[in-house]
Amino acid sequence: MKLELRGITKRFGPLVANDHIDLVIEPGEIHALLGENGAGKSTLMNVLYGLYDPDEGEILVDGTARTFAGPGDAMAAGIGMVHQHFMLVPVFTVAENVVLGHEPTRGGGLLDLAEARRLVREISDRFGFDVDPDALVEDLPVGVQQRVEIIKALSRDAKVLILDEPTAVLTPQETDELIGIMRQLKAAGTSIVFITHKLREVRAVADRITVIRRGAVVGSARPDAAETELASLMVGRAVSLGVAKSPARAGDVRLQVRDLVVRSATGQRVVDGISFDVASGEILAVAGVQGNGQTELTEAILGLQAHVHGSIELRGTQLVGRTVDQVLEAGVGFVPEDRSKDGLVKEFSIAENLVLDLHDKQPYAQGWSMRPRVIRENAERRVQEFDIRTTGVELAAANLSGGNQQKVVLARELSRPLELFIASQPTRGLDVGSIEFVHERIVTERDNGTPVIIVSTELDEVVALADRILVMYRGRIVGLVPGSTDRDVLGLMMAGVPVDEAVAQAAVHRTETTAAGTEQGGVL
Amino acid sequence: MSTPEDHQNAGEPMPGAPRPGAAREGTAQTSAEQAAPAQTGSGQPGHVGRSEEDRSANLVHEILSSSWLLSLLALVVALAVGGVLIAAADEQVQEAAGYLFARPTDFIGAAWSAVSEAYVALFHGAVFDGQSATFTRSIRSVTETLTVSTPLILAGLGVALAFRASLFNIGAQGQIIMGATFAAWVGFTWHLPVGVHVVVAVLAGILGGALWGAIPGFLRARTGAHEVIVTIMLNYIAVYLISYLLITPAFQRPGSSNPVSPLLDDTALYPLLLGSGFRLHAGFLVAIAATAFVWWLLNRSTVGFRFRAVGLNPHAARTAGIKVEWAYVLVMIVAGGLAGLAGTAQVMGTEKYLTAGIAASFGFDAITVALLGRSRPIGVFFAGLLFGALRAGGVTMQARTGTPIDIVLVVQSVIVLLIAAPPLVRAIFRLPAPNSRPRSARPAAVKEAQA
Repeated sequence: MKLELRGITKRFGPLVANDHIDLVIEPGEIHALLGENGAGKSTLMNVLYGLYDPDEGEILVDGTARTFAGPGDAMAAGIGMVHQHFMLVPVFTVAENVVLGHEPTRGGGLLDLAEARRLVREISDRFGFDVDPDALVEDLPVGVQQRVEIIKALSRDAKVLILDEPTAVLTPQETDELIGIMRQLKAAGTSIVFITHKLREVRAVADRITVIRRGAVVGSARPDAAETELASLMVGRAVSLGVAKSPARAGDVRLQVRDLVVRSATGQRVVDGISFDVASGEILAVAGVQGNGQTELTEAILGLQAHVHGSIELRGTQLVGRTVDQVLEAGVGFVPEDRSKDGLVKEFSIAENLVLDLHDKQPYAQGWSMRPRVIRENAERRVQEFDIRTTGVELAAANLSGGNQQKVVLARELSRPLELFIASQPTRGLDVGSIEFVHERIVTERDNGTPVIIVSTELDEVVALADRILVMYRGRIVGLVPGSTDRDVLGLMMAGVPVDEAVAQAAVHRTETTAAGTEQGGVL
Repeated sequence: MSTPEDHQNAGEPMPGAPRPGAAREGTAQTSAEQAAPAQTGSGQPGHVGRSEEDRSANLVHEILSSSWLLSLLALVVALAVGGVLIAAADEQVQEAAGYLFARPTDFIGAAWSAVSEAYVALFHGAVFDGQSATFTRSIRSVTETLTVSTPLILAGLGVALAFRASLFNIGAQGQIIMGATFAAWVGFTWHLPVGVHVVVAVLAGILGGALWGAIPGFLRARTGAHEVIVTIMLNYIAVYLISYLLITPAFQRPGSSNPVSPLLDDTALYPLLLGSGFRLHAGFLVAIAATAFVWWLLNRSTVGFRFRAVGLNPHAARTAGIKVEWAYVLVMIVAGGLAGLAGTAQVMGTEKYLTAGIAASFGFDAITVALLGRSRPIGVFFAGLLFGALRAGGVTMQARTGTPIDIVLVVQSVIVLLIAAPPLVRAIFRLPAPNSRPRSARPAAVKEAQA
């Protein structure tokens, strides 16, 4: 099936989200839609999927113009979509989820679950998905849940499959598996629209690349284009992908963690006896797949965890057993992993958010009274310094884009003298331009002599920033390796393979995404 | 069964929709929650599942973020509903309805006169009575309104303050009773010099209310016990406690078998503001001062900054080193103290002695006042005046036109109902929703806007 979008324009009020976009998806091709967050990729796909009515332009399926009043029409026309946030009912089984909305029935309107299971098994076998139709979705790992979404789309005879940021939630190995699946689907004649902002993956799997910036198509590229070329197309200016950083000049040890155990509320040892040091002027990156104790580790340092045993000493000061404000007082800067939940009060103004932890300290407060003028002046300075794009400091933080929100958090945490800087997922959900900025600030802080801990599940980020890498798996340290360690080794370590074995295995098998990165896209 | 369900299904999963783990809640959301603006953040990683705490916080946000216009429209609708009931309860209207089709003008005329007479009487009783012989009599209405408003404003401020920290303080009733009890006891037991006595009695009243507010605050902070349940239970305890106290020798008026306390010393009473002809007392000035204080507390003080931060996002507040639990305790202490002041206004100003009914229903009306005032101090002040006016005017309305005073209750209740359901008001007046784009479209659009 050939799908064509012609002159699609979608406006929200004065804002043009899509500006006369033309796009052709040939049968059996993997077409990557590359663009920063907010470039208009998702809007375009929602138009295609019948969720939005385009203000102008038309959609052609096999040469005939079609209008989709809703996703039902789009599905009937053979378009399937896997959303970034899965739409599955966690307490239903795989089979139940797949047939949800078009349930097969027997006489009397009874659900025909046997047919549903057969459907799942058939598609699963055809593509080697290895999905049990009777498993509860909530018990499945994220990667498998994604396959359930794909099965769901295929069960409705999707000829064009839209994958919206499918790798955002996957480990490197899972990403590899997904790429394999995409190839199989392609071989079976299904076209795929692959929405992403990750250059590496695009180059590994795409047949054609269309780059979107500010709602308009700014160019297309072959998968063998250089990463920097794609990145500058995407951002609209030259970007450096690596972080320009000098070698670390590690000084004396500032933070000593010894035999740290953190128990969850249910008594599990989520951090299980780990010890490490961080010296001044170095970045220690804590790598690992989400949920292996990294979050709890950083929260334990900050004093947010309740059941902490062991010792955390910052320049000789014991931090275990202290309250959060005492830890902050001791000079710890903390960027939480979920900025909307833990980093910002979204209804508060930018100015208020910039003093969230300092609101009762001089000069922002005088006794019991706050000093709005000083707070506003501080905000104006920070907005300048950190290039926060806003129309005013009295604006609620909720109005900022993700990247600018993160800059507010960074600006707040970096605006006082620090003894230790901890940043969890500092660039999650940010676009290339913002990532560059955030990374630069972190390196600057390191160069000022502050010990820095970065927690990240993104290998790219770990490799870009780390002077040393600590890999965590199930609450324990798998290994502490130099910053220059091979990506494949790190990927294996994140799955719990000890360093030596990981090195041996990596020598035999190289993952595709890394290969694409190193071999200039010679995979296809 | 394809299109509508499919649409529904796929319409949900947009950027900004809950993450996989939250999908369960997603499907079980009530319509009120779906409209809640707090979930608009585009792509919030890790925002898995929402606790009960977040849900009630969302409701508070929804109520607080509605506009002044909405409050006003809620009042208009409520008065209209009240008007229908007044007409329906009127005998002449009922009679005219019997031959409605023969002479509809009779019916309309009767309905109009019933409603307009009732509301005119309400106005006369609440604001200015042009029919009265003397000027003094004419302005009595407005002073009555101010007198009745005083406890409503004070207790309303208490409820509103707790709201801002996302605590539902349903316990103003009990806090008023305890404030009044403490103040009364000081008022008739101690005999202190002029000036000192009234101050000490007021402080005792604040203490009584603050103690009664501190209990749910402390239980919430320490054990997570929900303040709604605890405050409701404490209301009952306060009601029965005062009934008990009033038959003990320490409180019962000597020589009386009724459950009433002795009269408070004159030195322990709020001075009358307009002489002995009017009930208006200095408690009203206290209400004005309290309004200013709460405004300062919320908008200019470090403590209020913490209250607001905790109310809007306890997670971020905790991460920023704010002691969330302590904020819960403190805000309930201050809220209780304000309700305690309402108790002093009643016992040291209006009633002059303690009875079991000292708090009337002020504690519950205060919740409505706080809602109508959108939990902003100035808003609460005017909402308190309005409710005071309805109450004071209701009495006159009943006396002059025979319209049952319960209509006022209906008006109040409809206001609460409409304020708790802003989409309903918008639907009635065909107002655009504050975010008029399709729900699914909004987060995407916001993202684009910042591109």
